[in-house]
Amino acid sequence: MTQVWTIILVLGAATYLVRLSFLGLVGDRPLPAWLIRHLRYTAVAVLPGLVAPLVLWPEATGGAPDPARLAAAAVTLGVGLWRKSVLWAMGAGAATLYAGLALTGWATG
Amino acid sequence: MTASSPTSPFLLGLRDGLPFIVVVGPFALLFGVVATEAGLQLSQTMAFSTVVIAGASQFAALQQIQIGAPTLMVVATALAVNLRMAMYSAALTPWLGPAPFWQRALIAYAIVDQTYALSVARFEQNPAWSIPQRVRYFFGTVTPILPLWVLLTAVGMLVGAAIPGWLALDFAVPICFLAIIGPMLRTPAHMAAALTSILLALVFSGLPYGSGLLLAAVCAMIVGARVEIWAEARRT
Repeated sequence: MTQVWTIILVLGAATYLVRLSFLGLVGDRPLPAWLIRHLRYTAVAVLPGLVAPLVLWPEATGGAPDPARLAAAAVTLGVGLWRKSVLWAMGAGAATLYAGLALTGWATG
Repeated sequence: MTASSPTSPFLLGLRDGLPFIVVVGPFALLFGVVATEAGLQLSQTMAFSTVVIAGASQFAALQQIQIGAPTLMVVATALAVNLRMAMYSAALTPWLGPAPFWQRALIAYAIVDQTYALSVARFEQNPAWSIPQRVRYFFGTVTPILPLWVLLTAVGMLVGAAIPGWLALDFAVPICFLAIIGPMLRTPAHMAAALTSILLALVFSGLPYGSGLLLAAVCAMIVGARVEIWAEARRT
């Protein structure tokens, strides 16, 4: 439990320093091009890797790949790419998941 | 909306920020639900949303806590998600840099994807705004978004227990993440980085304490930057 408090405080402080970095400390100096180039990809470098094992080996099925969850993941990503909208992607993904779960539930019985 | 518009910058910011409550709201609710399931206490979950205020990194931290990663690994992974905010901070500096330090210190606390994106867009549209007008606009965008984030986290904690099993809530987090990722994949470089991240995270998934994800992320960042350079060279 103390681990959680440490994480909250350290992560909070570090995130605040990242936010304050240029606005409060460095000031109006241009970022080096190589740094911007890498910062641009931080989110797309972490989040897909975080989510991939959750999609392929879901804990709810004991780690066995599940057609309903795989289809929901594919539809969410596809609709997000296509519509450029987080909300549309979430809605389409949820609809696919429930349709898939209902179908597989009905098929197996 | 032009610079001569009678609307005050604060109200304009408030109005621009309002639509985002549909996006921020469900995330906050879900964070409350998932944090409860991960065994966090009410005070901890609320502290998370108030101190960190960054949805994706909060979920990432929870995920790493649940696989039993050590504190340093949890913080490193979650912080990596937030590094993009250095870019936001830099982008806001030409517009807000001359404001008093205490105002900039408060602004920094409230820099999130939405407040940054809205502000830079409006500042470019209204270059004649004074520094105080820009500060007021920024806090206008903050007003509907931040309090709601904290409030709905609490609601999520309270209703979490009442959510039935057939809703398959275990998969709400992957769907949320995938929904955020899709619109981010604007260029071949973003796609290459995402693909590298997926492949290497799976290959390294046997490494202890979530270190595989961190390693995959560093490689993916480098691949993104490399592909960007390559794509630029091809265009010229």
